[in-house]
Amino acid sequence: MKMLSKKATCKSHGQDSSYFLGWQEYEKNPFDPIRNQSGIIQMGLAENQLSFDLLESWIARNQEISGFKKTGGSIFRELALFQDYHGLPAFKKELVEYMSEIRQNKVKFDPNKVVLTAGATSANETLMFCLAEPGEAFLIPTPYYPGFDRDLKWRTGVEIIPVHCHSSNDFRITASSLEEAYKQAQNLHLKVKGIFITNPSNPLGTTFTLNELNLIINFAINENIHIVNDEIYTGTVFDSPRFVGIIEALKIRKFDPKRASIWSRVHVVSSLSKDLGLPGFRIGMIYSNNDTLIAAATKMSSFGLISSQSQFLLSKILADKKFIRNYVKENRRRLKNRHKMLVSGLKKVGIPCLKSNSGLFCWVDMRSLLKSDTFEAEMNLWREMIGEYLLNVSPGSSCHCVEPGWFRVCFANMAKETLEIAVGRIQALVNSRALQLMIN
Amino acid sequence: MTISIIATCDSGGQNSSYFVGLQEYEKNPYDEINNPDGIIQMGLAENQLSFDLLETWLTENPDASRFKRNGESIFRELALFQDYHGLPAFKNALVRFMSEIRGNKVSFDPNKLVLTAGATSANETLIFCLADPGDAFLLPTPYYPGFDRDLKWRTGVEIVPIQCTSSNGFKITAPALEEAFQLVQTCNLKVKGILVTNPSNPLGKTLTWNELNLLVNFISINGIHLISDEIYSGTVFNSPRFVSIMEVLDKKSSVNTGIRNRVHVVYSLSKDLGLPGFRVGAIYSNDPTIVSAATKMSSFGLVSSQTQSLLSEMLSDKKFTKHYVVENKKRLKSRHAVLVRGLKMAGISCLESNSGLFCWVDARHLLRSRTFEAEMELWKKILCDIQLNISPGSSCHCVEPGWFRICFANMSEETLNLAIQRIKTFVDTISLGKGSNGFYHNSRTKSVGNWGFRLSYSHGCER
Repeated sequence: MKMLSKKATCKSHGQDSSYFLGWQEYEKNPFDPIRNQSGIIQMGLAENQLSFDLLESWIARNQEISGFKKTGGSIFRELALFQDYHGLPAFKKELVEYMSEIRQNKVKFDPNKVVLTAGATSANETLMFCLAEPGEAFLIPTPYYPGFDRDLKWRTGVEIIPVHCHSSNDFRITASSLEEAYKQAQNLHLKVKGIFITNPSNPLGTTFTLNELNLIINFAINENIHIVNDEIYTGTVFDSPRFVGIIEALKIRKFDPKRASIWSRVHVVSSLSKDLGLPGFRIGMIYSNNDTLIAAATKMSSFGLISSQSQFLLSKILADKKFIRNYVKENRRRLKNRHKMLVSGLKKVGIPCLKSNSGLFCWVDMRSLLKSDTFEAEMNLWREMIGEYLLNVSPGSSCHCVEPGWFRVCFANMAKETLEIAVGRIQALVNSRALQLMIN
Repeated sequence: MTISIIATCDSGGQNSSYFVGLQEYEKNPYDEINNPDGIIQMGLAENQLSFDLLETWLTENPDASRFKRNGESIFRELALFQDYHGLPAFKNALVRFMSEIRGNKVSFDPNKLVLTAGATSANETLIFCLADPGDAFLLPTPYYPGFDRDLKWRTGVEIVPIQCTSSNGFKITAPALEEAFQLVQTCNLKVKGILVTNPSNPLGKTLTWNELNLLVNFISINGIHLISDEIYSGTVFNSPRFVSIMEVLDKKSSVNTGIRNRVHVVYSLSKDLGLPGFRVGAIYSNDPTIVSAATKMSSFGLVSSQTQSLLSEMLSDKKFTKHYVVENKKRLKSRHAVLVRGLKMAGISCLESNSGLFCWVDARHLLRSRTFEAEMELWKKILCDIQLNISPGSSCHCVEPGWFRICFANMSEETLNLAIQRIKTFVDTISLGKGSNGFYHNSRTKSVGNWGFRLSYSHGCER
């Protein structure tokens, strides 16, 4: 008899993809500015390490809060026992105000419509469990975050149908690409339950235009499907155009929340892992106007609750409005500078990036470095970058991009000096290519 | 466009009395000063007896919770740490602690440990790894009501009960195992394994060597898995001493790698350390494929690095853990005795138990009739009229009506004594209305003190 489940033995965890393999290579030989200057520089991890000093000084100024102290005593016992899946009320209150703040207060969120989860990873999977049966499908624009292959499909049995986007129009979603994807689902006899977008986009680093959002809203209304919006990178928007999320887009259309059914089919996911740079604390959330969904997702969150210790700490940090306002502003400034550093460094050697205003990475056009316009050539270039130039970047194919030659390169997860070295290595690669061409 | 079937179904039995009782309590919770007539919560298996020990440790070790190690800030390191292999220092400390509470009779390899956000997550993850939708797991009854949700809801796996009865103190027997196994086969379901909770919830007893050997032999013959949820292993306060399934495997000569790889342990710090809010659970398995798959799955419920760091410091403090384990046991033993004694004085006996945070109470003689309907009637009366939230045996799938789980470690001793007093008064009332056949007679007109008899047939208590 088969001893283990299909899930335990299959490959749908997607961890054989280059995204994870590159990570493994990095682990074997990690760059260190002092101890291992010939190591691999990690540019495949979308982390924000730019503003820790701000958080660290807050922690230092508020030691007693980490130490479970509150006015008049200790909050330890209360927190130790608190496992209510409705979440710490004080934390939810501060979280929704923070969500508003990073949306320039254009939208207000109701804490009763929030479900807390152990990271966005958990939020996204939970939403799939709640919105689709095994075998049903969600449409996702390409390129997309490689982790979705695991997070959305593995244990849920849900299928992903790509909505292909192209560089010809800067990878924007079009009505025809949506239609094509929907038809593809029908050909495969798959029922489409919804569309899943990441806005701001990973790996593109761009925010959706109001046009795109309206296209998606219209499509979802016509086909009577859900819209899941992973807005995890909202706090990383460092340049214009300003971020417009799906809730704001619905407001602009003046759909009546009490009457228009689309309101009950729009769901937002967020997390503190990217803007606050706290992936270790596992803080994610689902936001929805659909009461049935909220009720079900709340119960499901039992499988991935946030440590009350972390809920408490974050409730205090987010409650410090002065600190948060300053953090958001300063963090944006630093992200903008880092982004500029990478873009200009690459531009110097004739490598363009997709014009972007958010995220912790650039979507880099390395098509000119490919020996042929194929994914095989892309993989060869990727291997060359890891093996010879000691850079772990994410190849577009791992993000399901339809065009070979694009790479996601992260810029916020390393020291400035390290980024300079990394840019230097890319420049060396480009120059060596140019030399080869000349010789040939 | 609807949402999914599992999202709209009776999500794992959350309309059961177990959860209804919790809800009623929330509406009218007892408070010594503000609400002395409120409902006393005796349905929540929490350990609130030893917080002072933890709080003292925190006061003496302030850096542990303040992101400092050796005077240096480790905030950045922790904030970024999301490796699903877990914080090495924490895993090392945890396996050492797990060994300690097993009297160092077993040792654990941190590389075989998978961290999860609580035992709830660990159990579900293990089921995802071991069974496909439609497969079955055997569970001895009575069992923790939450399993109906945790093991079945999203996994699509079925639970088939192994019926245990009071005739032998609810021990697992070979015939009961066989019967359950046969039943599944006739339903054309595939049995993937057995899940036991040891020490048992709700019985409060540790499994005997006999029972453990029986289980190992059974899974060996039938080629299935065994999950041992040992979440209460740190709450054993009396003999016989706790014997982990891992210890049995070590001692049996007939155990080969094949069998060893099919035995998995689940643990958590929610019961002995009393930290359910921190969401710290673990899966332990000798099968590398399971460890690998479960590790990836733990992405959906990782333990906060902030919490891992704090607890790695605490559990590495051997002097502290030694003192904590001994003192905690002493307090549990004493509390248990208070409840048992108090119930005895009211003419109510408990199943003899040596662990857990509750007693398995025999209230069969208080039933109007030996039916589950009568059990529900009694439960409602106790909830709404005596204002005590206890868990009826039916919510734990017990086959015999009249048993209740009553928790004793989640309140102060004064509150426990008050609860006992309420029970005693109630029983005295019943004796007054008793007929010659010994069963309680329904007497709507009788009222005693503040507790006028009100029988409610709705879901909650009428107000």
